[in-house]
Amino acid sequence: MVELIIDGQTVAASPEQTLLVAASAAGFDIPTLCFHEELKPSGHCRLCVVEIGSGPQTRLVSSCTYPVEAGLVVQTASEKVLAARRMVLELLLARCPSAKPLQKLAAAAGIEVPRFGTQNPEELCILCGQCVRACHEVVGVDAISMAGRSPEKHVSTPFEEASAACIGCGSCAFVCPTGAIPLEDKDGVRRIWHREFKLQACTSCGNYIAPIYQLQYFSEKWGIPYEFLATCKDCR
Amino acid sequence: MPKLENITQLDAWRADLTAVADASKAQVIVCGGPCCLARGSEAVKAALEDALKAKNAAQRVSVSLSGCQGLCGPGPLVTINPQGVLYQGVRPEHAAAVVDRTVTGGELIDELLPVDPATGAKIRRKTELPFFQQQNLILLRSLHSGDSRNLPSYVAQGGYRGLARALGDMIPEAVVEAVVDSGLRGRGGAAFPTGVKWRACRSAAGEVKYLIANADEGDPGSFVDRALMEGNPFALLEGMAIAAYAIGARQGYIYVRQEYPRAYSSLQEALAQAREAGLLGDKILGTKLSFDIKVVRGAGSYVCGEETALISSVEGRIGEPRVRPPFPVHKGLWDRPTVVNNVETLANVAEIIAQGADWYKGLGTKESTGTKVFSLSGAIRHPGLVEVPFGVTLRQLIFDLGGGLANGRPLKAVVTGGPMGSFVPAQFLDLAAAYETFQEEGFVLGHGSLIVLDDSSCVVDAARHLTAFLHAESCGKCTPCREGTRHLVKMFDDIVAGHGQPDYLPLMEELCQTMAAASFCGLGQGVPNPVLSSLTHFRDEYEAHINDKICPAGVCKALA
Repeated sequence: MVELIIDGQTVAASPEQTLLVAASAAGFDIPTLCFHEELKPSGHCRLCVVEIGSGPQTRLVSSCTYPVEAGLVVQTASEKVLAARRMVLELLLARCPSAKPLQKLAAAAGIEVPRFGTQNPEELCILCGQCVRACHEVVGVDAISMAGRSPEKHVSTPFEEASAACIGCGSCAFVCPTGAIPLEDKDGVRRIWHREFKLQACTSCGNYIAPIYQLQYFSEKWGIPYEFLATCKDCR
Repeated sequence: MPKLENITQLDAWRADLTAVADASKAQVIVCGGPCCLARGSEAVKAALEDALKAKNAAQRVSVSLSGCQGLCGPGPLVTINPQGVLYQGVRPEHAAAVVDRTVTGGELIDELLPVDPATGAKIRRKTELPFFQQQNLILLRSLHSGDSRNLPSYVAQGGYRGLARALGDMIPEAVVEAVVDSGLRGRGGAAFPTGVKWRACRSAAGEVKYLIANADEGDPGSFVDRALMEGNPFALLEGMAIAAYAIGARQGYIYVRQEYPRAYSSLQEALAQAREAGLLGDKILGTKLSFDIKVVRGAGSYVCGEETALISSVEGRIGEPRVRPPFPVHKGLWDRPTVVNNVETLANVAEIIAQGADWYKGLGTKESTGTKVFSLSGAIRHPGLVEVPFGVTLRQLIFDLGGGLANGRPLKAVVTGGPMGSFVPAQFLDLAAAYETFQEEGFVLGHGSLIVLDDSSCVVDAARHLTAFLHAESCGKCTPCREGTRHLVKMFDDIVAGHGQPDYLPLMEELCQTMAAASFCGLGQGVPNPVLSSLTHFRDEYEAHINDKICPAGVCKALA
């Protein structure tokens, strides 16, 4: 066990935990955007920053990535932290004024109208990268990634074209906090990331389960007969 | 080139080379630095070779291309030895006269001689040039010779004494402590104590460790690493071998920016020579040190000068910085303990080991030891490279070495440390150039670039330019930098177009606070430096643009 001091309170944590996990378990409320329990923390939205250290040598770190340390002094809501969080939310709200999770967080922080201009009022992608990480870490096919630098950073398939690596699983759309990834299932076909995937209907009840290609991919990868995957969970 | 099996053979080879070296041999050395090349120094070299052939003098007079000599304004430069004459502004049509009158005739051609800026008199010997007299040429010295890219020349001038001493007389831990003791600090800009970094990597768990030379040199206005790689590549190679021995690495990489093709080929040639001589590869000099180096090319990304983004790039991944901790010395390239050092830092190592930490500490200041090569550019009479001990003042750098302002106009500001550096106004000219002295005043020394602005420059426009550069180069991962730079650029664009609002200035300052405190990496943390320093010291210029719709320097075209 590792003991650290969060907002003046001594908290016991496991040595492999991050500040975010340890603080949340101890009841401290730290807002996040790019964090997802099932994915490796990325630390880039900067919403979850906390102030560590004492005296004149404090600094802000992303709590989702910073490991616990014995004796570490942490402030989850100091002036510096709150100012940074407010600015991060204001900047993101300026980018994506229509994104519902952002609207909620911003309202809670008392931000109504950003002081910055908006390029595309319909933009929903907050560049949290959860879709990319899900595709890489959970699905393992790397069909999408971040592309470009600051002026035009966006999530994309290679060369903006249909990606041969995509299996149509829709994990990216599922994990996206703002619904920014278009996924359409219609008439037995899924459309996502410039591709069309025919859906497999359950051999028992006929409800659509997932793209045929996705089930074939996992059948081969896990060595499970395709017929087993072609029956939905309810019918097995 | 002999294959050296041990240190004794290296010493013997050096003795042989120095024995045949003839200081009285006639040499014509044409400067091959980037500015002299751009001015046609290769054509000058060819013309000189032809002129010598015509005089049947080609056998006894050698003609060669040197590294950058640092005096980059009046090129092409030609040095004639043993007379020690320096000619400037030499063109191919001067070649015949140079050969007839000076090389063989022993006369001077007045119109090609440099002029002493203080007295107006012609300077008859290169060694009498105040520009060179005022420098302490340690890293740059060998760039003046015509064959600095040849291993025999490097060895003859004392090269590889450092590696021999490290391998022959010191255990790796002693090499680490010598570098700690020397006070050497990272030259790339962060100024982190180099020995401390090596120590952490040395003691990190794991058999496989890596050394990376950061040759990305992305700061506009910085060209020292380029000169070192193009003109003195063995200093880097020797420094890397010593570092590898110290930290326990068997594989090294040099990450060269894509925009330095001559540095890339210069390094490849040097690597081939070093391998041939047994100074790189398996069992170097017959010792247990096996170490080799691969050169990796960048792909046009400034942020890949940041060490974790650089590591990502070497791994073939997207050039974005990585989460820290863990730091590269614990988990770096392919998750192995890795030291990333700047080229200039590594180029200092061999002499530190050869001459000792005490010698090195005798140069510079207490907290910034050794020499620094400053890159001078902008409205300055002598743009180029100057090597001086830390502690020399900005006034000495700009007026004594740099020759003062090019057009005699008043100095408005010096931009120090590149795009993440500072606008330093004239009242700080007597500030000593060292890491700690700059930090006390809130200025950034960075990689040592000094861009001089006279009163014909607009500080607001210059700050806009640097911010726009950083926005284009920002990787885009984190909110403060990606969105922050976007809105800073928008506000700057409005200001120089006459649409700036009074509340822009406090808003820019607020954005800067967030970027400095909360950005993911050093790039976002550095964006505020030029903005805040220019707002602090040149606020009146911003206010003139915003409130009066006037550009005092007359640069911003939309304004009066």
